[in-house]
Amino acid sequence: MSSPSRLALLETMMLIRAHEERLAKDAGQTPGTCTAVGQEAAAAGVMAALSPRDRILTNHRSAGHLLARGADPGRLMAEILGRADGYCRGKSGSLHVSAKELGVVLTSTIVGGELSLAPGVALAQKMGSAGTEAGGITAVFFGDGAACEGILHESVNLAVTWKLPLLYVCENNQWQAFVRRDETMPNAQVREWVQGHGLPSFAVDGNDVDAVRRAALAAAEHVRTQGTPYFLELVTYRQRGHYEPDDQAYVDRDELARWKERDPIRMLRERLLAEGVIARGELAHLEQRVADTIAAAHAFALASPWPELRELTTDVYA
Amino acid sequence: MQELTVNDAVSSALAEEMRRDPRVLMFGEGVATTRPDLVAEFGSERVRNTPLAEAVIAGTAAGAAAMGLRPVIDLLYAPFLTLSMDAIINSAGKLRYLSGGQFAFPMVVLARTGAGWGVGAQHNHNLEAMFVHAPGLKVVMPSNAADFKGLLKSALHDDNPVMFFMDMTLGHTPGAVPAGEHVVPLGRAAVLRSGRDVTLVSYSKTVGHCLTAAQELAELGVDAEVIDLRTLKPLDEATLLRSVRKSGRLVVVHEAAAPCGVGAEIAALVSEQAFEALKSPVRRLTGPDAPAPSSWVLEQAGVPQPEAIVRAAAGLVLCDEVSA
Repeated sequence: MSSPSRLALLETMMLIRAHEERLAKDAGQTPGTCTAVGQEAAAAGVMAALSPRDRILTNHRSAGHLLARGADPGRLMAEILGRADGYCRGKSGSLHVSAKELGVVLTSTIVGGELSLAPGVALAQKMGSAGTEAGGITAVFFGDGAACEGILHESVNLAVTWKLPLLYVCENNQWQAFVRRDETMPNAQVREWVQGHGLPSFAVDGNDVDAVRRAALAAAEHVRTQGTPYFLELVTYRQRGHYEPDDQAYVDRDELARWKERDPIRMLRERLLAEGVIARGELAHLEQRVADTIAAAHAFALASPWPELRELTTDVYA
Repeated sequence: MQELTVNDAVSSALAEEMRRDPRVLMFGEGVATTRPDLVAEFGSERVRNTPLAEAVIAGTAAGAAAMGLRPVIDLLYAPFLTLSMDAIINSAGKLRYLSGGQFAFPMVVLARTGAGWGVGAQHNHNLEAMFVHAPGLKVVMPSNAADFKGLLKSALHDDNPVMFFMDMTLGHTPGAVPAGEHVVPLGRAAVLRSGRDVTLVSYSKTVGHCLTAAQELAELGVDAEVIDLRTLKPLDEATLLRSVRKSGRLVVVHEAAAPCGVGAEIAALVSEQAFEALKSPVRRLTGPDAPAPSSWVLEQAGVPQPEAIVRAAAGLVLCDEVSA
């Protein structure tokens, strides 16, 4: 499997950013939208290390993961706006979007819910169940907030004990809803907690997409060849509020400014310009293409019909 | 017919279904330890012990089910379910709907409860109605060996999460079980005794108490119909309403507490749909709204006994006759 080019990674990250900012503008019509602005390198870098046979579990900040996995921005926006053409036919809204066709399964917005489900997905892969493909691994995305739930310990312990092909991806974004990470954890990294479980772990600068991809490729390779779990921590920062709208009055301005200096898109863009991988004119072209894609996606979502009212009670039972 | 205890009926359903369908696997606290026969036949990949970690046991089942396996998990005692509520209620019960029908959760959750072992309220809590209130789940609570086997097989065939509650004192109770393939459909109540004066509705252990009460009522000249719900969700409304329209009187009996319980649901259903048939108010005989005690005497006092059922039913019928 070939991993996407750095230019492709840049475009993916820009697309995610534009998608999230477009929805943030609509705050009020997009109930519960939680963005991961500032965390695009985590989504793009890890997805670049996964293959189509892998399965992915994510959480309430899922748009980046979905788009990096190849989700159609129009269908994703339609879902968030509650329209019939959304991936979940409008029933999920922003908070629990899954797309089975992309291998993005069982998105839970209960903080830590994805950690409880992931071992079962990996177990099915290990047992070669009908819904899986040989050699696939499971990647579960969660944050430092979820890491403070007891389920992290239960999940990692089971994955180690049962030798499950499970890649834990912790996006340590320094915020747990409206609470600072350093108010709830004595250590700066979640990794210190899981080391006692005896699985390999690695922490990396989550805003450096090159570093994220390298680490994720190594981590996924370990899980794939050994068939055992791995813990990857991406140290990053949530640049916007917990949900939209949120004035972030509780956020230290200097801290936010420092992290924006290390914005993942800006870092990659400047690096690619400095290395001559991309020229300014090309960059402008890229920006325009992303803007056009998002404008078209937004128009598609707004044109998509509302679900039929009978859908209120369909899909409750199989 | 063969004579099997409830525990043996459950074991035979599990073995038959694991033999029939390679997607069925079972895990939980001590599952492999207590079922060496299943380990021997199906291997340690399909019959697994787990840590004492109910949240991840249930979550793992939900994840595996969504991926095409058909897990059975044993969470031992019903109060332990409170530690697994997120996976059962928020994931297994809701993620089919929230995903627009992309996933199904064919899984069975076993849990024991009921007075009789004196284990107290953290091992004995008839909390089945909590799960009836949760969308996306089915809830089963059988009363006899044949139904334990037949309903468990149906639960394993079903594509939805099924809560399978087992009264722990019924485990060693023998009963006639049809030989060979025996399947009892979910959502269908059983009329165990036909009668025209009063309907006694129950499920699980107190079905037996209703049958005993019906015999005593017969000696008083009261002809009681006894209905075993067997499945609490989906509820067999048609059988209930047909019976109440015939008898005009209803006593609902369960060991669980009354507030927002199955009895409350049935009373509401009957008042909405068969009010014109009622000759007297619906009565509920339930356990108290109190934690289950350990002391045998107190524990038994919390279970509706046959004498109380006789008094309630006879009261409805004979008072009517006096006033008529």
